[in-house]
Amino acid sequence: MMIKLLSQHVKRRGAAATALPSQLVMVQKRMFHPSQQMSQQFNVYIDGKPIKVDASYTIYQACTEAGVEIPRFCYHERLSVAGNCRMCLVEVEGSPKPIASCATNVRPDLKVITKSEKTRIARGGVMEFLLANHPLDCPICDQGGECDLQDISVVYGYTEGRMMEYKRAVEDKNIGPLIKTSMTRCIHCTRCVRFTEQIAGEFTLGQVGRGKTNEISTYIENMVTNELSGNVVDLCPVGALNNLPYSFTARPWELKSNYTVDVMDSLGSNIDVHTRGSDTMRILPRINDEVNEEWISDKSRHAFDGLRKQRLHIPLLRQPDGSFKELTLQEALSTAAEKLSSVKGDEIQGIIGQFNDVESILAFKDLLNRLNCENIDVRTNAPKYSADFRSQYLMNSRITGIDETDLLILVGCNPRNESPVLNARIRKAVGVNGLKVAVLGSAPNLPYNYTHLGNTPQTLKDLADGTHPFSAELAKAELPMILLSGTALERTDGQAILNLVYKLGETTNVINKKEKWNGINILHSEASRVGALDLGIVPKQSTKTKAKVVYLLGADNFRHEEIPEDAFVIYQGHTGDEGAYYADLIIPGASYLEKQALFVNTDGRPQQTRSAQAPPSPTTAWMRCALASLSWHPIWQSLTSLRAVALRNLR
Amino acid sequence: MPLLHFVQSIDGYVTNEGIEVIAQKLELATAEVTAVSTFYTQYKSKPVGEYHVGICTNTLCAVMGGDAIFESIKEHLDIENDGVTADGKVSVEHIECNAACDYAPVVMANWEFYDNQTVESAKALVDGARAGNPPAPTRGPSRLVTYKEASAVLAGLDDGLAREGVQVGEPTLLGLKLSKEGKQ
Repeated sequence: MMIKLLSQHVKRRGAAATALPSQLVMVQKRMFHPSQQMSQQFNVYIDGKPIKVDASYTIYQACTEAGVEIPRFCYHERLSVAGNCRMCLVEVEGSPKPIASCATNVRPDLKVITKSEKTRIARGGVMEFLLANHPLDCPICDQGGECDLQDISVVYGYTEGRMMEYKRAVEDKNIGPLIKTSMTRCIHCTRCVRFTEQIAGEFTLGQVGRGKTNEISTYIENMVTNELSGNVVDLCPVGALNNLPYSFTARPWELKSNYTVDVMDSLGSNIDVHTRGSDTMRILPRINDEVNEEWISDKSRHAFDGLRKQRLHIPLLRQPDGSFKELTLQEALSTAAEKLSSVKGDEIQGIIGQFNDVESILAFKDLLNRLNCENIDVRTNAPKYSADFRSQYLMNSRITGIDETDLLILVGCNPRNESPVLNARIRKAVGVNGLKVAVLGSAPNLPYNYTHLGNTPQTLKDLADGTHPFSAELAKAELPMILLSGTALERTDGQAILNLVYKLGETTNVINKKEKWNGINILHSEASRVGALDLGIVPKQSTKTKAKVVYLLGADNFRHEEIPEDAFVIYQGHTGDEGAYYADLIIPGASYLEKQALFVNTDGRPQQTRSAQAPPSPTTAWMRCALASLSWHPIWQSLTSLRAVALRNLR
Repeated sequence: MPLLHFVQSIDGYVTNEGIEVIAQKLELATAEVTAVSTFYTQYKSKPVGEYHVGICTNTLCAVMGGDAIFESIKEHLDIENDGVTADGKVSVEHIECNAACDYAPVVMANWEFYDNQTVESAKALVDGARAGNPPAPTRGPSRLVTYKEASAVLAGLDDGLAREGVQVGEPTLLGLKLSKEGKQ
């Protein structure tokens, strides 16, 4: 099984440019990553059934492989083994005492019994100790209904406690605006401590005291500041750490799960949007080992509450006095059509914002092209790469390339801000594979050690020429990887930087033809960019004529000088942000949680979002139909045909 | 860990300033240093007396009179467990085993042994400590140092007293002697 998984993993390299639509649906399955080279495989017997496992496996992993579920609190697949909850006790033939399966390695012909009376009693005993100090406040606990402690105590707990003593109480900690603490409920599994240390790379949480005074704490009440902190809420097996904005708003059994994709950064993290009725209540990560493993950033987790405020839900037309007049959708479309057809094609300018899906962009492009307008741009400061080949703007070694590379050079890139989940993967590779990281550009605060090479493009030139002191190290690397930030290319010397990176790639192993390795990677900052580039949207040389009609497709962070003062501005988007202030005509749209649409992430993976909540008014649901009727083309009449064309265009 | 003792030798207990200095020196997070300092009972997070008295109440000592000593000392000094006298001279802590069961009941002051104690001898110890001239330990050095001085020794600053007095007594060696005799 492992070998099969690994061989797929190796084969995938070099196949970066082809992402099949079949990848749209990912199976949620964690992969075990063995800590050492697989050397030896042998049989162990789980409840009498033989199974061949690797020597590096623990008994717990072998049981999981055999399909036997073992209860656990402290063990987590992506964290180090702590072995402190003792819930995973199993009986091992030849051992007088039950053994903690998560912390014990397998050995040849090991006979494990997981379902005997002895294990049941042992686990029942552990349960009694865990519940000795755990409050019985499940009815008012947000974890109620999705609590590991509840679930496992149903199976192993006893109906009556034998403890006559008082339960202890622990003071709650204020660790920031996103995490609510109820420390009395804590069972000291230390998952949160291990997560902040090992994944997020911040040492803010610790285990303080011992015995009955043991608690999870920060040193003097302190905020947990890392950008992945929300994940400790998911990791907490009890209700000690809760999602603060979500607290007391919903019960898990009322929620409907919607599998979709995040657009807050270009990674395309897989998310599970929980809705009640038409409201989104919270967002949880979904497992996708090739994208976000099982983490999401705090931004992805909490951004949805912005969709409740300042929504554009009726078409509006600005009057000469500056106020807005409400229009029907039909009136709004006629006004837009009239304005667009009243000017010449090169007097129209289209700017595509950062949260747009492939279908919208395609319809938008087609509409403007039909009006003889080629001046469409997805980028704010127009970086200079072209869209002739996919490898010119993708993360070519893919996100999983970080697990394979032995030297990573960040060029003008702060992954901690640009893509926190990717940063966690880099940190993991630093810890597990001994990945070396070098930084070129301003020195960011990263949760791992790195070599700072320099601050100017001259350093890049020295590296490409092989005259930099670091060149020797780079030459030794077998599969080095360059992560170039899309924002670095927005500089005026963006083209020169890109050329230097290409030169560096050719002179070193960054492009390793023998290993089919292309280590030149561009990390985009916006979710819509790769999709737009896939559709061939590159900025044309700016037209001589000044734009008379500017069409903003959800674009909010454009440069102010890009919009001529006397131009008629059409803003089509979902939130009254920067772009709406410029607008003369506002056509409401749907947000990423309200539409079924394609997004392509930074490594070229097309993923489909699913509609989780309803848009604030029925009009907004018709956003794409509005585009369709504007472009007067029969294929846009149905979303399915639009998507089919979009998929063909994704190459 | 010696640094934590060193902090105690200066401040008398592990202060937040001390934790911050250690974290800075060793490039650790304050949360990690706190985790270590709160785990071990020899590191005190609150001020202790100049003479920190630990009374063993574990099985053997308790049976031999440790419980009685503990109760009477608390009453005598009018403080609770882990309390400090108003003059700051003496603090009392119940100990889970002083590793000297062969001399039970055992009381220790600033980690020095006072063997085979009685209620009266323990009272004499704390009274002497409050007056500033505690009796000498049963084993080890000829005089009792203060808590800060003892912490300095634990931090690695040898005061030359460690080799004074009786090191290993007759009761400790009794088992070894018997087993050797048994072998012959």
